[in-house]
Amino acid sequence: MAINAPTAGGTAALATAGREPSRAAQIWKSFSRRKVALAALVVLLLIVLACLLAPWVAPYGPNDGAVTDRLKEVGSAGHVLGTDEQGRDILSRILYGGRLSLLSGVLPVLLASVIGGGLGVAAGYFGGWTNTIIMRALDIVFSFPAILLAIGISAALGPGISNIIISATVVFIPPIARIAESAAKEVRKEEFIEAAKTSGAGAGLIVRSHVLRNIFGKIFVFSTSQIGVCLMVASGLSFLGLGVSPPTPEWGFMLNNLKQLIFVNPVVTIVPGIFIFLTSLSLNLVSDALSDALELKR
Amino acid sequence: MTELLKIDNLVTEFSIQKKRVSAVRGVSLQVRKGKTLVILGESGSGKSVMLRSILNLKPAGARISGSIKLGEEELLTKSPKEMEGIRGNRIAMIFQDALSALDPLYRVGEQIVETIAAHRKIGKAEAKSQVAELLGKVGIPSPEERMRAFPHEMSGGMRQRAVIAMALACKPDLLLADEPTTALDVTIQAQILRLFKEIQAEYGMSIVLVTHDIGVAAEMADDIAVMYAGKIVEYGRARQILSAPAHPYTVGLIEATPKRGQKGKLSAIPGQPPLITAMPEGCSFADRCPMARSSCREVTPAFTHYGEAHIAACYLLEEEQPVAQ
Repeated sequence: MAINAPTAGGTAALATAGREPSRAAQIWKSFSRRKVALAALVVLLLIVLACLLAPWVAPYGPNDGAVTDRLKEVGSAGHVLGTDEQGRDILSRILYGGRLSLLSGVLPVLLASVIGGGLGVAAGYFGGWTNTIIMRALDIVFSFPAILLAIGISAALGPGISNIIISATVVFIPPIARIAESAAKEVRKEEFIEAAKTSGAGAGLIVRSHVLRNIFGKIFVFSTSQIGVCLMVASGLSFLGLGVSPPTPEWGFMLNNLKQLIFVNPVVTIVPGIFIFLTSLSLNLVSDALSDALELKR
Repeated sequence: MTELLKIDNLVTEFSIQKKRVSAVRGVSLQVRKGKTLVILGESGSGKSVMLRSILNLKPAGARISGSIKLGEEELLTKSPKEMEGIRGNRIAMIFQDALSALDPLYRVGEQIVETIAAHRKIGKAEAKSQVAELLGKVGIPSPEERMRAFPHEMSGGMRQRAVIAMALACKPDLLLADEPTTALDVTIQAQILRLFKEIQAEYGMSIVLVTHDIGVAAEMADDIAVMYAGKIVEYGRARQILSAPAHPYTVGLIEATPKRGQKGKLSAIPGQPPLITAMPEGCSFADRCPMARSSCREVTPAFTHYGEAHIAACYLLEEEQPVAQ
């Protein structure tokens, strides 16, 4: 039962609404316009897929060594990326090791996004004392140089990949919390938050539905940009011997292990470094393009 | 009882740089059942703050005192939880800018469902059909389809209709509207005002409408309260106030409105309203009042009863009455 007659404006808007491409399609269109980002995405997907599928893709097992095959050059027959001092195939070790390396790049950022995001939203939305306590406490953590703090925590906890993940998580909580806090502060001022309050929504509902949904993009974009950094931090810790124990393959530790061959086989030595670099660079390029694409339209 | 809402000596204070200032300075008002009260005033007169105070919505550090009674219930002593049950349910509010009052990431239908779900325990399908019915009621064509639209996909008038539908979702007794038509162009404005009247007739709700537009006031008001510098300076039936304004400020406002066939320069009230941080002694309008005398600047004038249910706070009323030319 319509009280008022519909206006022409309404039907016109209806017509355009139907033809507008979906948001996902818009983001993809804007993303794919950047050829470099597209290439980075392909590289990244290849690396991730190859690592995940290592048991099927890798030519050898990660720990299969043969004394006769020691110290092969990059490009040798049967060992495309050469072998190490125990004759283990570098490509196979890279692929198997990538699983741990990628995990220690992604997981800390994911955990830090949840914890830091939660803290930041609470601080930003509730403001006042809540904000002061949370943010100043995080500032203390933030005031340490990231790498030193990670080394310190890792060293205190002892070597092991799970401890690397813990220490990297601690390092990444404050910056993510800051992003979440400033974004939540912005959203809090929006009139639709006040409108939600006037409709009787409590703080819990407002944070869950309106605040989180509106700041998700910002946290997501920032967090993805941190995965590359985190990968480097984790590899660095591992390089220092705070990560896996031999013979488990992992990029950072492989780099450490191969460094003794630097005068024998310099090209093989840098292979794990190249993978760390490629993955980190691709991640940054992809996240950069993604952040531009997401800001296309709110 | 004919009054739905009774506000008594409402004061809303803020802290600005550690100093306490009052945006609303002792407002008393009644809203009659099923009638529309228009609150008229310039920007910064405290209209919007007062409206939010009714819902007990205030920035951190603000203090609201006085009495606000909805029926027999005192709202100011209610717990936050109880207020959540009243907001959107018995008292709903509509904002000036519908685009910013809607979350850009939610489909319009979802947001209205959210309001219903906050107050009523009903299933998703039922809520959806209610929303479609509401959207149809406020004049949105093909409501089932428009429910799935995002706010940016709708025109300004459609958005305001959607916001009104959201306010109506729980059939409130009282609708607060903060300049609901200011952001709309004139033809849409007329449609929205007509919609207000139609839903008022159907639901029998009371409306408090805040505006600075005398045209809107004349169109909508049963009662008018004129607000200046955080106080009501004149209050009464719309007909009386518009035809025979008593307070010099109301006279100035009406004279500053263009009329059909009027020639020459439009008169304006000289000066600016006083700053909230520097309220003068006595009548706050004295500095801009063409008829002010020295006594006006000493003690704040009390209300003078001036005909049936018509009051104004001015010393002049005791002797002579200002007349609109």
